[in-house]
Amino acid sequence: MPDKEKIEKIKKAKRDWHENKVEPTVARFSERKDEFKVSSNFEVDRVYSPIDIEDKDYLDEINFPGQFPYTRGVYSTMYRGRLWTMRQYAGFGTAKESNQRYKYLLEQGQSGLSVAFDLPTQLGYDSDDDIAEGEVGKVGVAIDSLSDMETLFDEIPLDEVSTSMTINAPAAVLLAMYIAVAEKQGVSTEKLRGTIQNDILKEYIARGTYIYPTAPSMRLITDIFEYCYENIPNWNTISISGYHVREAGCTAAQEIAFTLANGIAYVEAAIEAGLDVDDFAPRLSFFFNAHNNFLEEISKFRAARRLWAQIMEERFGAKKEKSKMLRFHTQTAGSTLTAQQSDNNVVRVTLQALAAVLGGTQSLHTNGRDEALSLPTEKSVEIALRTQQIIAHESGVADTADALGGSYYIEKLTDDLQEEAEEYINKIDDLGGAPEAIDQGYIQKEIQDSAYSYQKEIEAEKKIIVGVNKFKTEEEPKKDILKLDEKVANQQKERVSQLREDRDQAKVEKALKALKDTAETDQNLMPKIVDAVKAYATLGEVCDVMREVFGEYNENIIL
Amino acid sequence: MNESIRVLVAKPGLDGHDRGAKVVARALRDAGMEVIYTGLRQTPEHIVEAAIQEDVNVLAMSILSGAHNTLFPKVVNLLKERGAYQDMLVLGGGVIPDEDISQLKENGVAKIFTPGTDTRDVVTFIKENYNKKKEK
Repeated sequence: MPDKEKIEKIKKAKRDWHENKVEPTVARFSERKDEFKVSSNFEVDRVYSPIDIEDKDYLDEINFPGQFPYTRGVYSTMYRGRLWTMRQYAGFGTAKESNQRYKYLLEQGQSGLSVAFDLPTQLGYDSDDDIAEGEVGKVGVAIDSLSDMETLFDEIPLDEVSTSMTINAPAAVLLAMYIAVAEKQGVSTEKLRGTIQNDILKEYIARGTYIYPTAPSMRLITDIFEYCYENIPNWNTISISGYHVREAGCTAAQEIAFTLANGIAYVEAAIEAGLDVDDFAPRLSFFFNAHNNFLEEISKFRAARRLWAQIMEERFGAKKEKSKMLRFHTQTAGSTLTAQQSDNNVVRVTLQALAAVLGGTQSLHTNGRDEALSLPTEKSVEIALRTQQIIAHESGVADTADALGGSYYIEKLTDDLQEEAEEYINKIDDLGGAPEAIDQGYIQKEIQDSAYSYQKEIEAEKKIIVGVNKFKTEEEPKKDILKLDEKVANQQKERVSQLREDRDQAKVEKALKALKDTAETDQNLMPKIVDAVKAYATLGEVCDVMREVFGEYNENIIL
Repeated sequence: MNESIRVLVAKPGLDGHDRGAKVVARALRDAGMEVIYTGLRQTPEHIVEAAIQEDVNVLAMSILSGAHNTLFPKVVNLLKERGAYQDMLVLGGGVIPDEDISQLKENGVAKIFTPGTDTRDVVTFIKENYNKKKEK
């Protein structure tokens, strides 16, 4: 750390520089904008210097990678040891088609699977439910029963891949199906690696695929924590997600705050349910967005890591190092992709992916260039994956940990983001915690206000989006986009009705009855859900049993 | 007469992407319109019922799941069955490929707004078109 005298000298030099250089320059040529801002609520200075980090204690606040508070990364050797997992979110149509896409991606050098489910599956409806009309197989794969799950992972050895499943309200059911597939493959549950998203709070806030009210949803989550601790020790039981909250329009500081506030709520719920913090906290994982402001995003990941480590230690008294490590997946920001001049999205994705890597992500999804138009084509997915491979193997950024740590700007921005996030978390604490703040609509309102002002800034051209509000060109309608076969829905409907005919109905009914009885107690639901899916009860049937007992969540509409 | 334009902003289908719907709702409100928002996961039947009950001039629907080819025409047909279509300007928005747009227009959706739309263009379009049918 520079000593006092040196700092005084620098401060004086800065004053002189400002007076003799900056002021005359600005007097002659005004700057491009009246104020330069990041997405969060503070302005960016003209330049940063040792003055901005004079109070920093390196060992307490920054430290080496793999050392508390993990500002520079959770592992001591970071990407020198192992690169991040390149994990492209994929899935569409039937289980069979998705299975082929996964095999293709694995052949192309992807290192983990990430399953996208269609909306009926995410909402616990079977494909032949009326409400599923038009949605079957659209934004992901349709899974109605264990039979579909068996097809989805056919010839993919579950002890060799790690699988991330974007599933929330019915996460317990899909996890149960995964366990059952593993059993059929002869893979023991200790060998399973992967993640279920299982983050219901952000569904109420931003993503919308909730089923049950808050309390039973939190119970399902803590049941999963407990079950996995006992049976699937290497499974990430939750992916606490800021990604969707950011997509809904919030700022970087709000993304940290709302994500960690939800994290706090899950930890509290699990402790309340009688679990020991160091038993479940090592399996908590996070999921962030990589947005446009390159340096702000890098700082955001650093700030989130440090803040979570401090929260786990100070608020929850976590002892194990792993309990304090914020490990996270990143996806580049879908909402920044433009339908206009869509090939430019390759460049946006590259910058965002680079920010995620410089921010120390554990896994990464890069978006396809055509995703403002439709699901990505195979070609677009390939470019997106190659983008990660180029960053990993050609750019050199993976050769040292936290390459930008120590930059005056990055350190200052990290501090400022943490400070603003802490203010929001304090506010949420005052409201009684995240679930309460969500019920009151506070978090939703904050996000909507940010989203609206973002849109207004674009329309006022305070924010330039290339090809959208500046540098526009006339374009031909896009032809080369992924078309989904409309026959999928009918095939899937036939499959599920065939299944209902073929299975042992008495066994299904018995398993569903047992699940219902357990739902009415406070015992762990997971074993009964596993039994039900093994009996080939459908996803819709299992979720309906719980709907009967738990009821459904009503949206709190705020405009 | 300076009667304000009444708009129902609706989310048919199952997707939870309501950022666009809410931003548009707010922009229309700021432009002086009366805006009602349905919330997520509304069936075509429910949307049509709400549009008729609320006696709106404009029905603006947003879908980002790809279910637009099924659900938009279904809403239009239900409006027609209920005799409410000729008094209503029906708009759509979301991630909708160019090649679907002409078909949707033929099916009775007056205009489709895609990502990158300026909300002022939506306001202008509504003001210019909302009551033309009534005047006929």
